Amino acid sequence: MAMKVKLAKSFFDITREEYLAPGHTACPACGALLTARLVLKAAGPDVIVVNPTGCLEVTTTIYPYTAWGVPYIHVAFENAGAVASGIEAAIKSLNKNGSLKRNTKVLVIAGDGGTYDIGLQALSGMLERGHGVLYVLYDNEAYMNTGIQRSGGTPKFARTTTMPAGTVIRGKIEKKKDIMSIVMAHHIPYAATANVAFPIDLVNKVRKALSYLNEGPAFIHVLAPCPPGWGFSDEKMIEIARLATETGYFPLYEWDRDRLIINPPSDMYMDKRLRKSLREFVKAQSRWSHVTDEEIKGLEKDIDDFLNYLWRLSMGSGVPTPYA
Amino acid sequence: MSLTVIKSRIGREIIRDRVAITSNYAAAYAAKDAEVDVVAAYPITPQTPAVEKMAEFIANGELSAEYIPVESEHSALSALIGASAAGARVFTATSSQGLLYMFELLYIASGLRLPIVMGLATRAVSAPISIHGDYQDFAATRDSGWVIMIASSAQEVYDSIIMAYRIAEDNRVLLPVMVSYDGFLMSHTTEPVELYDADTIRGFAPKRLNRPILDSSKPITMGAMAVPEWYYEIKYQLIEAMHNSMGVIREVHDAFNRTFSRNYRLVEGYMLDDADYAVIAYGGIWGNVKRAVNEARKRGIKAGALRLRLFRPFPTDELIEMISDMKTVAVIDRAVSPGAAIEGPVAMEVATALHSRGLSTPVVSVVHGLGQRTVYSRDVAKLIKIINDSQPWDLTKSTMYMGVREYGNEG
Repeated sequence: MAMKVKLAKSFFDITREEYLAPGHTACPACGALLTARLVLKAAGPDVIVVNPTGCLEVTTTIYPYTAWGVPYIHVAFENAGAVASGIEAAIKSLNKNGSLKRNTKVLVIAGDGGTYDIGLQALSGMLERGHGVLYVLYDNEAYMNTGIQRSGGTPKFARTTTMPAGTVIRGKIEKKKDIMSIVMAHHIPYAATANVAFPIDLVNKVRKALSYLNEGPAFIHVLAPCPPGWGFSDEKMIEIARLATETGYFPLYEWDRDRLIINPPSDMYMDKRLRKSLREFVKAQSRWSHVTDEEIKGLEKDIDDFLNYLWRLSMGSGVPTPYA
Repeated sequence: MSLTVIKSRIGREIIRDRVAITSNYAAAYAAKDAEVDVVAAYPITPQTPAVEKMAEFIANGELSAEYIPVESEHSALSALIGASAAGARVFTATSSQGLLYMFELLYIASGLRLPIVMGLATRAVSAPISIHGDYQDFAATRDSGWVIMIASSAQEVYDSIIMAYRIAEDNRVLLPVMVSYDGFLMSHTTEPVELYDADTIRGFAPKRLNRPILDSSKPITMGAMAVPEWYYEIKYQLIEAMHNSMGVIREVHDAFNRTFSRNYRLVEGYMLDDADYAVIAYGGIWGNVKRAVNEARKRGIKAGALRLRLFRPFPTDELIEMISDMKTVAVIDRAVSPGAAIEGPVAMEVATALHSRGLSTPVVSVVHGLGQRTVYSRDVAKLIKIINDSQPWDLTKSTMYMGVREYGNEG
């Protein structure tokens, strides 16, 4: 039985309190920092944040300064899930032994490299053991901290420094890893995708996820565009993030106790006629500047296939189960 | 151990029970008696029974702790770093490849100044893969900033881990502590162990939370990024803590000896008073070394033996005091640093310690027992004889490899 969650309807329902101080060294219009800021606003001050190595860590914790208004720990690149497991276990154990009673929530805010690739094992272990931790993935689709290298989250044909667009190889030749399905396969209580261009939706999903933590882990996959990494100017960040959802490239959906629900506005974009053309999204970024129209058609087909997969899952979610 | 001492301890109700357990179980009993809050466990031979026993304690309600059955050693130490940062008292144990898989986190654990305690059942490192005990994994942890203790009996494993919590959590130290014991040779050998009364242990190593922890009422940032302006100073604080730990370890040893009527010293000597030659060893072969010394004495060779209980911080003063007037010192290593000037890791430490005090005692480096090749007391006796019969500076030119079959000599 989930607790009643107070959902935000407008910006006025989101706290004005800042838990991530300004003055960090991130690039202007950084999607990752915006994600962290919104997530902390949604979660409130009674949290412990675990953050693997990445942009977020190196821009907010340059000694002797810190941007974090909540307890924060960074350990290494590949173990955020394990560190969070330990913290969650410690809170449980200390509550049980009565030496330090607290109701603190454990939050991981991790990048795509530390989640898709090097941190997958620790994440999987955490999900399988069922620790009550909210894992937020800010996905900027490459290793941006080290200077735009290919990760498992990099989309097809995108240019990165380790998979450049040459005459023979056209950027990344593989598809983006479907991390949500991997997470869903652990059958955790709650997983969702969110987008920084839809902040109310993002904040509500964080609040909802936090209410599930007594049952087990929750996971939120946030699209966080990176202006220098994707190749667009700062002022277009939110626009491009919104386009990602409007073109069907990054659909918003929830995995709520083994039921898949496609959220607005993505439910509308299931209809191909209502979608914006993918070309608009692709051509706005220099990482895809080499892509031909034919290749864009191929990308569109991949999107159609993926949305069909989601659609089938969501259709099945409403059907009564044979063994109740 | 005389019967009167045992009787006095029973009389003063220090001993709770006397059981027959292996060193692995001794480590688990010690962690249980130290009332840890979080245990992370990943199986690896020969350490596995230690975390199995912890699981049993928790499953039977004998210990109120959270047990995290992690998916790798890397995550085991990561989880403990998280738990320790959140204020818990933690324990895990590992071996060989597991320790090497944790390697980057060893440095992080000490760099974040977290009082983690870990048991290490030492084992050979692959390749070729071997599950048997030598000290190669232990030798690799030299620079990691951990306090590293070496035990020689199950009782000592139990005692050292109780001491380790008090050392680690001391505010002058705040460093992780590793207690190592021989894989198989000790980890799977059943010995009598006296378990202490829980209240006495609680009084000796109380859980205090007077260190910075992750607490939302007082937010701190742990694991911040240090630029060149700051890294050195922060690292130096760790180095100072390691320097301070020497005094704390001595204090804790004295307090332990007083509280539990034991007689632990950082460096333990055997027949050294009138000896010409000292054989330095560590870990489970101590008994064989003592026996070899007895045999040498029978033959009229004035030999003595010495056992290291501490590898980091290195007990230079105690060691020098004992071996400064020796003619020759031999160090039996069960690990190797191929290509070094002195290929035994601990022999290198001993030679360095002597040199740093202006002494030029010849140090004979002997490597034996790699991959648990048996170190017989007759081998050690032979070593003493060789030292007695030859010029020491001839022996120091190269490391002596004992117990290895030479190519073409299938003997």
